[in-house]
Amino acid sequence: MLTALLVMTGIALLLGAGLGFASIKFKVEGDPLVDKIDAILPQTQCGQCGFPGCRPYANAIAGGEAEINQCPPGGEEGIRKLADLLGREFKPLSEEHGVEKPKSVAVIDEATCIGCTLCIQACPVDAIVGAAKQMHTIIAADCTGCELCLAPCPVDCIAMEPIAETVDTWKWRYPVFQIRHAA
Amino acid sequence: MLRKLFKFHGGVKPQTNKEQSTTTPIAPVPLPDRLVIPLHQSVGGHPRPLVQPGDRVFKGQRIGGADGNLSSAVHASTSGIVRDVLPAVMPHTSGLTTLSVVIEPDGEDRWGELDRINVRAATPDELRDYLRDAGVVGLGGAVFPSHLKLKPGKEGSLDTLVINGAECEPFITCDDMLMRERAADMLKGISAMRHMLQAREVLIGIEDNKPEALAAIQAALSASGEKGIEAIAIPTRYPAGGAKQLIRVLTGIEVPHGRRSTDFGVQCFNVGTAYSIHDALEHGRPLLSRVVTVAGNVKAPRNYEVLIGTPMDHVVRLAGARHDTDRYIMGGPMMGVRMPAFDVPVVKATNCILVGSPALFPPPPPEMPCIRCGECAKACPADLAPFEMYWFSRARNFGKTQEYHLFDCIECGCCSFVCPSHIPLVDYFRFSKSEIWAREREKEAADTARERFEFKNLRQEREKQEKAEKLAAKAAATREKVAGETAAPGAAPAAKPGGDDAKRALIEAAMEKARQQKAQVAPKNTDVTNPGVQAEMAAIDARRAALEPPTETPPPAGQA
Repeated sequence: MLTALLVMTGIALLLGAGLGFASIKFKVEGDPLVDKIDAILPQTQCGQCGFPGCRPYANAIAGGEAEINQCPPGGEEGIRKLADLLGREFKPLSEEHGVEKPKSVAVIDEATCIGCTLCIQACPVDAIVGAAKQMHTIIAADCTGCELCLAPCPVDCIAMEPIAETVDTWKWRYPVFQIRHAA
Repeated sequence: MLRKLFKFHGGVKPQTNKEQSTTTPIAPVPLPDRLVIPLHQSVGGHPRPLVQPGDRVFKGQRIGGADGNLSSAVHASTSGIVRDVLPAVMPHTSGLTTLSVVIEPDGEDRWGELDRINVRAATPDELRDYLRDAGVVGLGGAVFPSHLKLKPGKEGSLDTLVINGAECEPFITCDDMLMRERAADMLKGISAMRHMLQAREVLIGIEDNKPEALAAIQAALSASGEKGIEAIAIPTRYPAGGAKQLIRVLTGIEVPHGRRSTDFGVQCFNVGTAYSIHDALEHGRPLLSRVVTVAGNVKAPRNYEVLIGTPMDHVVRLAGARHDTDRYIMGGPMMGVRMPAFDVPVVKATNCILVGSPALFPPPPPEMPCIRCGECAKACPADLAPFEMYWFSRARNFGKTQEYHLFDCIECGCCSFVCPSHIPLVDYFRFSKSEIWAREREKEAADTARERFEFKNLRQEREKQEKAEKLAAKAAATREKVAGETAAPGAAPAAKPGGDDAKRALIEAAMEKARQQKAQVAPKNTDVTNPGVQAEMAAIDARRAALEPPTETPPPAGQA
């Protein structure tokens, strides 16, 4: 009887020690689910979802505080990917958060710009160059098209321009064949 | 000597249609009214224009500088005046424009000063730079800059240099005619390449439906007497001219997924490239023209030596297009792409202008469901399973297509050719490939945006902290100063130690300062001479003095 008890206690202690060691040694820093969600989000940092950036939105989704259909730049495909990842039901994009638009970049009308630096402060990815009372301009390659610079501009000199297709970004279309009427 | 040849998997035998255009020699093309030379002709960047509208250019003058090392220069094909540098429709299915130089020829065809190089004395690096600036690219169709491929592997030498004269695609005969007519010069180019690559042996693969070309090369070989170069007839089977397929046939090496032929000591070049390398190294002439087959729905199919930038319809007119012509295809019927217009320019990639008509290339029958017969897998020269990739491409499941090695597909068209359901498999694969590339670009952009966003947050946090530190330092400095001042005169109530007291001292010092400032400010309207107004002011001042506690400072001036 005593032997059995000792053996069982011994095993319990051993396993407990093992588990304790593992919990320290293999501790996962941060939430891997948030990283996975963040990887799907388009990183526009536009805040249309109601959160200040993509990462906070990813946090909210992972915490169950937000729906997966609040990201207009990610569009339907983004929602589908999130639904796949999280095992949730697909939902159409929620209208109150905006509509899916073609990818655009902001363009500053440099003749009108008064150099107030308000857009520079608003830009989440530092894609606007300029200084006080100097003309500002947008680094098109880094602009995510979040439209956050439009509202602060006191002279309305920023416009969104859809990105034109070039030979490098042109895509082969999905093969579609016209159905002809038999003569 | 009999050489053991190998077989590649799959392949098809379409009707070759090559006889029509090989009856007459390569013909020159009269100068067109204007040349439109796109600056973006090879992979890797968009060369920057080096000329402006109104400039006079000579034949062979560089008009587009290589944009980085993975790029190649572009030259004026004839002498004349630059009329414009503008985006023009390029020979690409999309019908999109690219920056092009429009030259109006002056008819003199005058060469500029040629930048010659001493091939014997130059180092391989110098030769490669020279070829880049001479705009030499692969003329087999992929237009990959040749100087990048002319690097021996890590060991400093190459086993086998494969020269591709297979020309397996139906209708196209430009390499055939080039080999027949210019074998000797081509061999000189091959020797130069062999020297640069330090290749042990050179194998020239030519499909056995081109006996004249093979004979011409062999005659030139025996005339030159160079050892280690061999011209070999290979069985005619499409796509024997694919680089990997030709390497397989000639050397037995099968280049696996994710590796390059150079990893196995083999490099492959087109015969046309060999000729233009000779032209560049020996005569100092950059790549200005190429041989183009005009075939299909024309009265006299033939090969033409065409200046880069010549409008396609200008060349086709010489061959006499029939009336029912409805499209031009650049390349052959298997891999060629339809041109968006008839007047798009001939570029370095144009090996053939295939003139099409509804009778010659009837519209494909409607696509039927895949019956999973496996014919496409049997025909695939890249050993893929096209029906699986088709299925996933159709469902836009791009991850799965990549699992089936979509990017090993060479788009040769064998699968579409054999499909009993007339499924345009290659169209699906092209669609999938470009979607995957687009997604990769988006992913990259998202990663950059994430990085920049995080950096901005970090920066703002840091700035906030720095500002707080600065304020704290300033406050500490003022405190010290005040403490010093109050201690010296000993007028203020004896400073008790402790933060509370220091704070009070600070407040007192600030109040004192404010008092002094207020005292120094005198009313500005005291020079009024009107006695009535002066009396009123005096009354106000008296009232103010009565309200305020008395101060040690003298009352402001102007008091009566």
